[in-house]
Amino acid sequence: MTTDPVCGMSVDPAESVANRKHQGQTYYFCSEDCARKFDANPESYIQRSPEGNHRQKGFRAASLNTGVADDMVGPVHVELPLVGLDCATCVQTVERALGDVDGVQEVHVNFPLSTAHVVYEQERATLPQLIDTVKQAGYDVGVADMRVQIEALHCASCVQTIETKLLQVPGILEATVNPGTDIAHISYLPKQVDFAGIRSAINSTGYETVKRVEEAETVDDETTAHQREYKSLMRKFWFATAVSIPVMLVAYPELPWLYLPNLFVGEASEALIRSLFALSGLAALAVMAYSGRQFFTGALAAFRHHSADMNTLIALGTSAAWIYSTVALIIPTLFPEGTATPFYDVAAVVTALVVLGQALEVRAKGQTSQAIRKLLDLQAKTARVLRDGQEVEIPVEEVLVGDIVVVRPGDKIPVDGEIVEGRSAVDESMVTGESLPVDKESGDEVIGATVNTTGSFKFSATKVGKDTALAQIVKLVQDAMGSKAPIARLVDVVSGYFVPTVMITAVLTFLIWFNFGPSPALAFAVVTAVTVLIIACPCAVGMAVPMSLVAGVGKGAEHGVLIRNGEALQTASKLKTIVLDKTGTITKGKPELTDTLPAPGFDAATLLRYAASADILSEHPLAQAIVNGARSQGIDLVEPEQFDAIPGHGVDTRVEGRRVFVGNIKLMRREGIEVSAVESELERLQGDGKTAMYVAVDGQMAGVVAVADTIKEDSIQAIQVMQEMGLQVIMLTGDNERTGQAIARLVGIDRVLAEVLPKDKAQEVHMLKQGGEKVGMVGDGINDAPALVEADVGFAIGTGTDVAIEASDITLMSGSLKGVPYAIEVSRATMRNAKQSLFGAFMYNSLGIPIAAGLLFPFFGVLLSPIIAGAAMAASSVTVVSNANRLRFFKAKSFKEVTT
Amino acid sequence: MNATQIIVNLSGLIIIAWVVWYFWMYRKEGVQVVETSGVQEAVIRVKGGYDPDVIVVKRGKPVRLHFNRQESAMCSEMVVFDQIDQSAKLPEGETVTIEFTPEKRGEIPFQCQMGMLRGKVIVQ
Repeated sequence: MTTDPVCGMSVDPAESVANRKHQGQTYYFCSEDCARKFDANPESYIQRSPEGNHRQKGFRAASLNTGVADDMVGPVHVELPLVGLDCATCVQTVERALGDVDGVQEVHVNFPLSTAHVVYEQERATLPQLIDTVKQAGYDVGVADMRVQIEALHCASCVQTIETKLLQVPGILEATVNPGTDIAHISYLPKQVDFAGIRSAINSTGYETVKRVEEAETVDDETTAHQREYKSLMRKFWFATAVSIPVMLVAYPELPWLYLPNLFVGEASEALIRSLFALSGLAALAVMAYSGRQFFTGALAAFRHHSADMNTLIALGTSAAWIYSTVALIIPTLFPEGTATPFYDVAAVVTALVVLGQALEVRAKGQTSQAIRKLLDLQAKTARVLRDGQEVEIPVEEVLVGDIVVVRPGDKIPVDGEIVEGRSAVDESMVTGESLPVDKESGDEVIGATVNTTGSFKFSATKVGKDTALAQIVKLVQDAMGSKAPIARLVDVVSGYFVPTVMITAVLTFLIWFNFGPSPALAFAVVTAVTVLIIACPCAVGMAVPMSLVAGVGKGAEHGVLIRNGEALQTASKLKTIVLDKTGTITKGKPELTDTLPAPGFDAATLLRYAASADILSEHPLAQAIVNGARSQGIDLVEPEQFDAIPGHGVDTRVEGRRVFVGNIKLMRREGIEVSAVESELERLQGDGKTAMYVAVDGQMAGVVAVADTIKEDSIQAIQVMQEMGLQVIMLTGDNERTGQAIARLVGIDRVLAEVLPKDKAQEVHMLKQGGEKVGMVGDGINDAPALVEADVGFAIGTGTDVAIEASDITLMSGSLKGVPYAIEVSRATMRNAKQSLFGAFMYNSLGIPIAAGLLFPFFGVLLSPIIAGAAMAASSVTVVSNANRLRFFKAKSFKEVTT
Repeated sequence: MNATQIIVNLSGLIIIAWVVWYFWMYRKEGVQVVETSGVQEAVIRVKGGYDPDVIVVKRGKPVRLHFNRQESAMCSEMVVFDQIDQSAKLPEGETVTIEFTPEKRGEIPFQCQMGMLRGKVIVQ
C-alpha cells in the first residue's frame, strides 16, 4: 500500500486509478481528480507525502498555531481558557486535577487571565481528555465553533482524511465533515487555533478551504437545502411536462381543444399508431425513472420498513398504469375486445403534477418557518472585545464568558452580559417585542442581538454561544415547532392506517368494476383503481397540524411570546380563566412614589424636597422610591448634615439646618408632632394599598408622601382585552382583602383572591381547576413556579436573558401582560387554522376516494380521470401548507387596539 | 363466473389479505443496542424510514441515538420523540444525536413530523 499524495488516502498501486512519475518516484492516486491536482502543482504535494518528507527536512504545517505535523512526537503546549474560575483556591483544584492526568508534564493555572498552561505528551494524553478533566473538576473550558466550506470533496473517504488531519491540530477538539454540504464543523480552542491554522490543516490534505461559513449562513443551510430540493423538483417537473405534451397528443388525438385534428394518428395506419404508443411508453418510462424517481425509491424504502406512504401510492398508481398499457400494447389479445388501450399519459402527467405539487410545497414550507430564520438573522457577526487591553474585532463565536465587550452607538450587542461601564438605551424589540428602548446602566443585563441606540458602554459577557438568550429562544421555538399538539396524535393514529386502507380500497374498486362494471370492464377497473391510488393524499392529513403549529409558534416568537410546545398551544386556545399574580405581574413589583400631599403652609415641591433629601442616605426600598420620584420630577436634592435611621419608625435627619422626620405615626407620636391636619389623607392612601409616610419639618407637619407598587402601563388595557375575549380574569395576591380590592378596582378585575400565602398559590389554582374549565396562571417563573406548573397553562413573565423558564408553558419575553391575550389569540388562530386544514384534508379524502372509485358513475355517469385526480392530489397538499402560511399575516385584533 | 373471473377475484382477496398482514400485522424484531462505557448507543439511518426502526434498550442507562439522514425528501426532515418532548432537525448528511435516559419500562415511539415514518425504542 502507498499513500495518495493529494488526498492522503491509502491506495493499492495495483488498483490505483492513475499514477505519475515525478523526479524518479512513482505516485499513485485514488482518483483522476487527485491526479489532475497533482499535475497542476506536483511540488506542493510531494512535500507533504511521507515519501517526500525526508527531502524537506523539518517540514511542518504552515501555521504556527498548528505547528505540529502528524509525525511529531514530544510534549505539546496548550493554553486552555478556563470558565468559572472565581476563586484563587480553584487554581489549585484545576492544577491538581490536570496534573493527575497521565501524560501531563506541567500545569500552570493563571488566575487573572483564567487560563491553564498545560504541557503534555500527545501520545499519552489528548486534549478532549484534558477538557473532560477540567469539567470534572467543576469548571469549563471556553470552546468555540467554526464551520468551514471545503471545495470539491469528491469521495466519502476523503472526509475521513480531513477529519483525522484536523484532529491532529492541537486546539481542535472535534471535527466532522459533512459530505452532503461539504462543510467541516470544527470545535476548537479560540486562543490555540484560528481560521488560518484550520485552513492550512485542511489545505495540507490537498483540499481547498473556500471560506469560513458565517453562523448566519449555516442557519440558512435549511433554506439552501430547500432551494436545492425545489430546483431539483422543478427540473423534474419541466422534464415531465415536456414529455407529457407529445404523450398526451398521442393519447387524445381526437380532442378538439388540442386543435390538431388527425395530425398524428387520425388517418394513420394501425402499425404507426402502435409504434407511436410504444414511443409514448418509453417516454413515460423515462419520466417515471427521472422525474418520479423519488416516488419509487421512497416507496421501496418505506416498504422495507413495512410501512407505506404517499410515495407508495403514487409509485403504485403510475406503475400500474404503465404496466397495464404496456401489456395491452404488446399482447392485446390477452384482454377482452376493446380494453387493450394504453394510457401512458396517466403515468407521465400524474408524475408531472405531483412533482409540481411537491415543489410548491417545498417553497411554501420554507416560508412557514421564516420566523426562525428571522430570529437567527438577528445574531451579530462580530464583537469588539478587549484582549490584553486592546480592542479587537473577533467573530462572535470566539467571545468567551468574562470577555469585556465594547459597544458603540448603533452597534448590535453580540452576546448576553452585564454592563460594567457606561450607560445607554437599548432597543430590545427584536427579542422581547417591547417597542420602547430600555435604559441600561452599570449592573444591568444586556441581551445579545439587541441594538444599542446612542450611548456607548462596556459589558462583561455572561452567556455566549448556545447559552445566549437568542440561542435559547431559537432552540425553544424549534423544539416547539417539532412538538406535537394533542390533536395531531389522533391524526397520527389515523395516518398509520391510511395508506394500506387506500391500497385495499383500490383493490376492492378494481374487483367491483371487474365483476359488475359495464363493458369494457377491465379497462374501467384498471382506471378506477389507479385513480383511487392517485387521488388519496395522506400528506394533506399528516401535514395539517404540524404546519399550522410551525406558523403559529413562529408568529408568537415574533412578538416575544415563546410557546413551549404544541400541547401548551392547544390548551392555551381553550383557556377560560386567567389568574394573574399581583406583584410583578400586574404591577411593576417595585415601589414608586405615587402621592405628595402637603399640609397647609407647605407646597408639594418643598415637601418632596425635604422628604427625599432626608431619605437620600437610606437604603430602604421605600426611601429609594421617594428619592427616585423626586429626582424624576427634577427636584434638586441635598445631602443631610445629619442622618439617623430609627428601625420601625423612620428617619431623623437634619437637612439645610432644619430637623426633618420622615416616618410612620409612631415616630410622629414619639416626637410629639400633631398629625391631625393630614391624618385622614394618610388613611385614605393606605386604604388604596399604598404605603404612606408623614413628613415633619422643625416639629411641624409638612405633609404626607406615599409610595406604592405601581401598575404597569399596559396592564389595564391587557386585562380589558382579556375580558373582551371572554376570559374570566382573577387576581391573586398575598395582600389583605382591602388592598387587593383597591388594586383590582384600578385595573378592572372583579374577582380577587386575597391573603394567599405564596405556598398556597398552587392550591388556589388547583381549586379553580375543579370548576372543569381550563385555567391559565400568569406569574414570575421563580416564586410562582408551583402555581404555574399546577395551572393548565403557566405563563411566565420573562426576566432578561433567562428564557427557558422551566415551570412555564408560555414565556412572555417583554414582561408585559399584553403578551397573555396575544398568546391566547395566536393559539386560537393556530388551532382554528389547523382544524380547517385537517377538516379540509379529511373531507377531500373521504369525498375524493369514493368519487375516484366511481361512486357517481351509476347515478350520473361521471368518472374521474386519473389525471384530474393527480392534479387534485397535488393541489390538496399545497393548500394545506398555504393555509398554514395564512397565519403569517395574522394580526391580533385586540393587541392592535392596545398598542395604538 | 368463469375461470378468469375466479382467478382475478381470488388474487384480489389475496392481495388484500397480504396488505393487512404486511403493513399491520407484521411484528418486527428489535435491535439490541451496543453499550459502551455505560452509554447505550445506536446509529439510525434515515432514508425512507428509520433503520433500524425498533431499538431495544435497558432502562436507567443513558441512550444515545445518532440519526443520520441520507436523503433530501422533506418528509424525514425532523424526528420527533413526542413522549419525552424531544425533537431534532436532521440536516442531510449530518449526524444528529438524541440523548435521554429511559426510567420506565415500555415503548418510546419516534416518528417524522407527519407521522409517516415511525420507529420505537423498547425499554426493558
